[in-house]
Amino acid sequence: MTSNANPQPSASPVAIDGLTRRFRRKTALDGVSLKVPRGFVYGLVGENGAGKTTLIKHLLGLLKPQAGSVQVFGLDPIAAPEQTLGRIGYLSENRDMPNWMRVRELMLYTKAFYPAWDDAYAEHLRATFDLDPGAKIRTLSRGQRAQAGLLAALGHRPDLLILDEPSSGLDPIVRRDILAAIIRTVADEGRTVLFSSHLLDEVERVADHVAMIHTGRLVMQGPLDDIKQGHLRVTLRFPEPQRTPPDLPGALFWEGAGTEWATVCNGQAAALKEAAAQRGAEVLEEATPSLEEIFIARAKAGPARVREA
Amino acid sequence: MRIHVSPNDGKPIYRQIVSQVKYLVAARRLRPGDELPPIRTLAEQLLINPNTVARAYRELEIAGMLTKRQGAGTYVADAGSPLADSERERILTERIDALLAEANQLDFPLERVIAFVRKRHADFTAPEEDNHDEQR
Repeated sequence: MTSNANPQPSASPVAIDGLTRRFRRKTALDGVSLKVPRGFVYGLVGENGAGKTTLIKHLLGLLKPQAGSVQVFGLDPIAAPEQTLGRIGYLSENRDMPNWMRVRELMLYTKAFYPAWDDAYAEHLRATFDLDPGAKIRTLSRGQRAQAGLLAALGHRPDLLILDEPSSGLDPIVRRDILAAIIRTVADEGRTVLFSSHLLDEVERVADHVAMIHTGRLVMQGPLDDIKQGHLRVTLRFPEPQRTPPDLPGALFWEGAGTEWATVCNGQAAALKEAAAQRGAEVLEEATPSLEEIFIARAKAGPARVREA
Repeated sequence: MRIHVSPNDGKPIYRQIVSQVKYLVAARRLRPGDELPPIRTLAEQLLINPNTVARAYRELEIAGMLTKRQGAGTYVADAGSPLADSERERILTERIDALLAEANQLDFPLERVIAFVRKRHADFTAPEEDNHDEQR
């Protein structure tokens, strides 16, 4: 059950098709389909409660799809847990770890689960994070806990590293460690990272691909560059003050007051600018919006308007 | 090599790297034959995806600013000067645009701006010649 024995070596690390999950009345995931390509960093973004963790739990075989399918390296993680989990490294926001163990014991304990565990690499990580091998997990700071969790997730050099909100609630120095670990992992030929975050500047730094989940639905996904280039932030000055946000084609979300309004628009910037010109508006500024601005614009525009992009 | 990137810059991160390397070459802070950090090193330093750094280096290579030596890293190209020239022009144009916008705002006609530039230039060059004398 080592990584070499995989029956479908060419399969996508993650392939989700039409995944739906309800908890009582609440729909946590609604027909989500996505594919994580091998060798890339895939960022899953969305507000708290958007469905990111629910999606990740399906990848780990902790939840069974109510509709649709989930495949990890071409296999069903529930039917073939050893072949899938053995190739995954996972760190959750809660960083659940046996509190009574010492760091040294945690390493030995985790090693027992993974035939591919690399002692030298794990020791290198421990030294990099400056974790005392004799310290009990209980006594570690938040940041050290995250580092210990990362060590446990990376020690077997997983083909797929899954991080669920890895840097939430951490100070900037530990966040750097986590981002650096993502970078180092993916710089190793062929390894894949899937991480969820609501810190969009972080996602923008390290992700190649981004999927955006909003209230259980996938509102946007694709290469980060395409997403960025598919949007434009335009600042306009109108000859007369506008009481309400101007209604122009392609505009997802407006900010402004009086004569000056800024919008993030989808790909059809030409149509928007033409319509603006007809109203006598002057373009003050055009810029590529940040992922955060795109996310806010998409979330506020709502799924109805988002579909067409 | 000092490079800063920000996701909120309004420019894709790889473009930020491209223009900053061009700037460093134009400003002679990177000289022909200087070695650039390996992709992984720069990616970890800037905390960005290695593919982004690779893409920036590739663009700079295509533009003739950088050369790859087989298995031995990435270097500032010897033939970087003509492109560095156009880059220097571009940097200056940005400053001139800002100056003209300011002048317009403050109601200075172009002739006065040019006269000012000449005067400042004269002020600048005079002490510089003194320096040369001192060095001799």
